[in-house]
Amino acid sequence: MTIRGKAHKLGHHVDTDVIIPARYLVTNDPAELARHCFEDLDPTLRARIRPGDIIVAGENFGQGSSREHAPIAIKALGVPCIVASSFARIFYRNAFNIGLPLVESADAYAGIEDGHEIDVDLSAGRIDDHSTGGTFVSTPIPDFMQRLLDAGGIVGYVHAQRAQRKQ
Amino acid sequence: MSMTITEKILAAHVDADEVRPGEIIDCRVDFVFANDITAPLAIQEFQKMDIPQVFDPDRVAFVFDHYVPSKDIASAQQCKITRDFVRAHDLPHFYDIGRSGIAHVLLAEEGFVGPGDVFVGADSHTCNQGALGAFATGVGSSDLAAAMALGRLWLRVPETVKYVLRGKLQPWVTGKDLILAIIGRIGVDGARYGAMEFAGEALAHLSMDERFSITNMAVEAGAKNGIMEPDDVTLAWFRPRARRSSAMYRSDPDANYADVRDIDASALETVVSVPSSPGNVVPVREVAGVKVDQCFIGTCTNGRIEDLRMAATVLAGRKVHAETRLLVIPATPRIYRQALEEGLIQIFLDAGGAISTSTCGPCIGGHMGVLAEGEVCVSTSSRNFIGRMGHRQSQVYLSNAGVAAASAVLGRLAHPDEVVRAPVPV
Ligand code: SF4
Repeated sequence: MTIRGKAHKLGHHVDTDVIIPARYLVTNDPAELARHCFEDLDPTLRARIRPGDIIVAGENFGQGSSREHAPIAIKALGVPCIVASSFARIFYRNAFNIGLPLVESADAYAGIEDGHEIDVDLSAGRIDDHSTGGTFVSTPIPDFMQRLLDAGGIVGYVHAQRAQRKQ
Repeated sequence: MSMTITEKILAAHVDADEVRPGEIIDCRVDFVFANDITAPLAIQEFQKMDIPQVFDPDRVAFVFDHYVPSKDIASAQQCKITRDFVRAHDLPHFYDIGRSGIAHVLLAEEGFVGPGDVFVGADSHTCNQGALGAFATGVGSSDLAAAMALGRLWLRVPETVKYVLRGKLQPWVTGKDLILAIIGRIGVDGARYGAMEFAGEALAHLSMDERFSITNMAVEAGAKNGIMEPDDVTLAWFRPRARRSSAMYRSDPDANYADVRDIDASALETVVSVPSSPGNVVPVREVAGVKVDQCFIGTCTNGRIEDLRMAATVLAGRKVHAETRLLVIPATPRIYRQALEEGLIQIFLDAGGAISTSTCGPCIGGHMGVLAEGEVCVSTSSRNFIGRMGHRQSQVYLSNAGVAAASAVLGRLAHPDEVVRAPVPV
């Protein structure tokens, strides 16, 4: 599956407090959470992200809290996937659990500039930068995470697990 | 084959002789919990799973700590979702306002976690419980929902790095300073995805309160879990509280570590993390003098009785500076009561501190002490990210309770020995 979109480049160690500040964690409504996404990082960023745009970030994206509201807010902005040099552990689980694919590539982060048009090929593990012609390899999505994505997230995965046990 | 304590606990929970780092396992869990922020989402996802009841009502807890007592209508609505679920499912371990405290402190205090357990919570600081010799890790709400449904959780077995802590900490240097010093050295992703195992003679000198504040902050280095082998101190603390049987695991001497790092604990100083990352660690003396608007003593990291005692040593007979505010929030009602009985609450009141019922409150900039633009807070909490305690242009310095108390007295960042010379009687 290939996803095409415009890159929004962020820095290293983007934490869950700037992705969705705790003061807004009084709702689970994705649209409401999206309204405050990245507010403390850059109050103008949210308005510049269009559905289909892709976040490209540095090391340890999503560090901090376990709040699933963070990937939910990003997904609700219409972001189809995130490319980063690396992801924090809980954010990584949460994103796949809600069906938001994450792609690891330090080279892509180094090579892609803000505003570039990029293609992310999830199954091939490839990222193409149309603005420069650059091509980057990403870490393959582990089989287990791929199964989670195929099941549409953890809820679908649990259904599948139970069906299997009943057989 | 040789294994670390983390690997042994995980192997026991998949009924295998061994597990290897990198392996993905479907692991039995001994206990799960969620808080007032993460539970409503977990309940929503649990309901989508079409499973009528949780895997074992005796192994599930809901603890209200973040936005309680409810700060507004929206947060009250969230609490109501959880209360309704608890009642509909007749779940016995529900901690509501008045009986509740900060989950990590409360659940350990209540004996819901012990050596050898796999303990999973929908809160990142669940790693706190590793001080008891348990494998404890934080997950999101959907993962928690799956664990509530199945009594199992998929996990990737982490590589372990061992931190050997030599010597003995100096006066005014606490478990908090030790973990901050480690994070300062290895960085906020220095242990990303791994297990941090703490060992060495410095630990033997530390109480459970100090040990908890070390494993509590493993997540600030990106770790999956922090863990310590149980010893006499662990057992003396845990035995009177135990609700279930436990299992003592120790790492094999020839276990396979990704790295072993020696830390001379006796050489460590009292430190702070300066804004806006827990990894920006400097000796407090380097920043002494920064003007402070608020000092906050509390949280799952440092809201325990020994933290309050340390703060009281500094505050006894003194006043909070006219241009500074002091907030003291005991982590649980039990700690609150003990502080009352020991006369600590009187000391805080006399000093001009504000004391609140147990809540996370200010730690997340939620309520009970939110910072205005440009304000500076010295906090005993674990995170000082941008906007963490309020306005995006407010600033948070992370410290131990002695530094927070001394800063409250002097109205500026201060080493506690600027206020009191005597060593801390804990
Ligand atoms: S005290 Fe702070 S760090 Fe601890 S659980 Fe509450 S919000 Fe999280």
